Amino acid sequence: MSARDRNTDSGRVRPSRRQFLLGGAVAGAGAAAAIGIDYATRTGAASAPAPAQVEQIHGTVTVPFYGVHQAGIDTPHQAHATLVGLDLLPDTDRDALRRLMRILTDDAARLTQGRGALADTEPELARTPARLTVTFGVGEQFVARAGEAAPAWLRPLPPFSVDRLDPQLSDGDLVMQIAGDDPLAVAHATRMLLKDARSFARLRWTQHGFTRAYGSEESTRTMRNLFGQVDGTANPRPGTPEFDATVWASGGWLAGGTSMVVRRIRMDLDGWDELDRVGRELSVGRTLATGAPLTGSDEFDEPDFEAIGASGFPVIPDFAHMRRARGDGRERIFRRSFNYDAPGLGESVSESGLVFISFQADPDAQFVPMQRRLDELDLLNQWTTPIGSSVVAILPGCEEGGYIGETLLD
Amino acid sequence: MNIIRTSTRTTARVTLFAAAAAFALAGCTAAAETPPAAPAADTVTVVDAWAKAADGGMTGAFGTFANDSELDATLVAAESDAAGMVELHEVIVDENGQTVMREIEGGFLIPGGGSRVLEPGADHLMLMGLAAPLRAGEQVTLDLTFSDGSTTSITVPVKDFAGANESYDDGHGGEHGEHMDGHDQ
Repeated sequence: MSARDRNTDSGRVRPSRRQFLLGGAVAGAGAAAAIGIDYATRTGAASAPAPAQVEQIHGTVTVPFYGVHQAGIDTPHQAHATLVGLDLLPDTDRDALRRLMRILTDDAARLTQGRGALADTEPELARTPARLTVTFGVGEQFVARAGEAAPAWLRPLPPFSVDRLDPQLSDGDLVMQIAGDDPLAVAHATRMLLKDARSFARLRWTQHGFTRAYGSEESTRTMRNLFGQVDGTANPRPGTPEFDATVWASGGWLAGGTSMVVRRIRMDLDGWDELDRVGRELSVGRTLATGAPLTGSDEFDEPDFEAIGASGFPVIPDFAHMRRARGDGRERIFRRSFNYDAPGLGESVSESGLVFISFQADPDAQFVPMQRRLDELDLLNQWTTPIGSSVVAILPGCEEGGYIGETLLD
Repeated sequence: MNIIRTSTRTTARVTLFAAAAAFALAGCTAAAETPPAAPAADTVTVVDAWAKAADGGMTGAFGTFANDSELDATLVAAESDAAGMVELHEVIVDENGQTVMREIEGGFLIPGGGSRVLEPGADHLMLMGLAAPLRAGEQVTLDLTFSDGSTTSITVPVKDFAGANESYDDGHGGEHGEHMDGHDQ
């Protein structure tokens, strides 16, 4: 935990608690003496600003559903996500795909805006969307059944030596990312969408992920993974030309869409425990406390890959994850991952890792070269193992009255 | 919709008071103040409507009917190309304590300024003798007729739904049962 983190803790939480206790005591004593219990209750409620400061209700905050692009990509990172991968049933043809996407679009449009879906049996669970987003992606098979040509990259990634992929955690003809700050709203939306997809597709895999809870820190902060590392520092910032060029595809039915790579990366926390702090920082090339490159002092400082330390070796080692991922800096992706933390298997006390998610206009040009370099040399490979992998085309957004997938199916 | 329901209750109460006052004073000419009636088909809007997917036989259609007029409207009939016949059903508890659905007498009254919710386990439109399977994501058009003779059409999406099984496809299917029991509620 950094000095800034500690300051944040003591600067916010403790005084709030103190204010709350103090405020309650004053209101209680004064009112009980002067007027009576009834008045005390009302005074207490009216003159205790502390709880309102601590408990900020944001469940009704919504992210617009309609637009040029789907939500859940340039949306500030939410606290929770569920990703599901589905296989189309054999008889789901182009007409059925159109029906499916019309239904799912309507569900998502309603649920993300805090309304129950049509035929929603638990509409109460939809009332607090808390920045719920639903993002639809399609695989090669979906595009083939729609009768359209798929981009060359829409297929499983080439095999990497580090991969230990489980087919049951990989691929999928239709992938949905359901993300939000309220896990109950996410769970409800996920179930509603899966129920409505049941006549068309079979669930293949489900992955749950999380970052920090909403309000724990600024949502613009780079997330941390369970190794304690900041994860996503090199991301282009949404709203910048760099972001647009990195993420959005152009041309044909995919214009305004992008690609999503989902990699389930197991992290060996037991092995990581054996590594000291210096070793941990060298493996990535960043300071754990601030996320700054080992040659800098701030997370967003440009790393100096030429810098040589006192020992005569590069300050950022040749095997450091950051150096390997960066390459010559031409290939960029937009990472938007979530952590997972499941019950341990056997002797291990935890089964943890990263639901790695990246968006990029062309995975073959942007993601694959980067992953090749990491596959060849990256000290982090010692503690990380990709166990699931999926590549889908993220469809463009739609306007009200339209539906996600219309550029492919109409 | 909450706002509409609230105003429904308020309006109903106000109407009752007005009626009582009229009786008491026995001189009020309320009829003269009534504005010319707009056709019910123009003042009733149907929102969040859907029909349950079915392989054949019978199925239900649901939705919220909102009435913008100050005057009551009554839905008296419905038809659809997708079904041989459409009935307006209510769900009641009969003299044996059984929950049953049956064709409602006099149609669905939609109070002026208010709304009426058709939902599984309660009031619904019953599509009988389906011409073809109704599959999820398809659209069904329903032609609605009100008591003033005005008509309108609505097109509603078909959705898979696990509930609303009641007696839609329990063997009575396809025939004109005006009283079907075995309701699950």
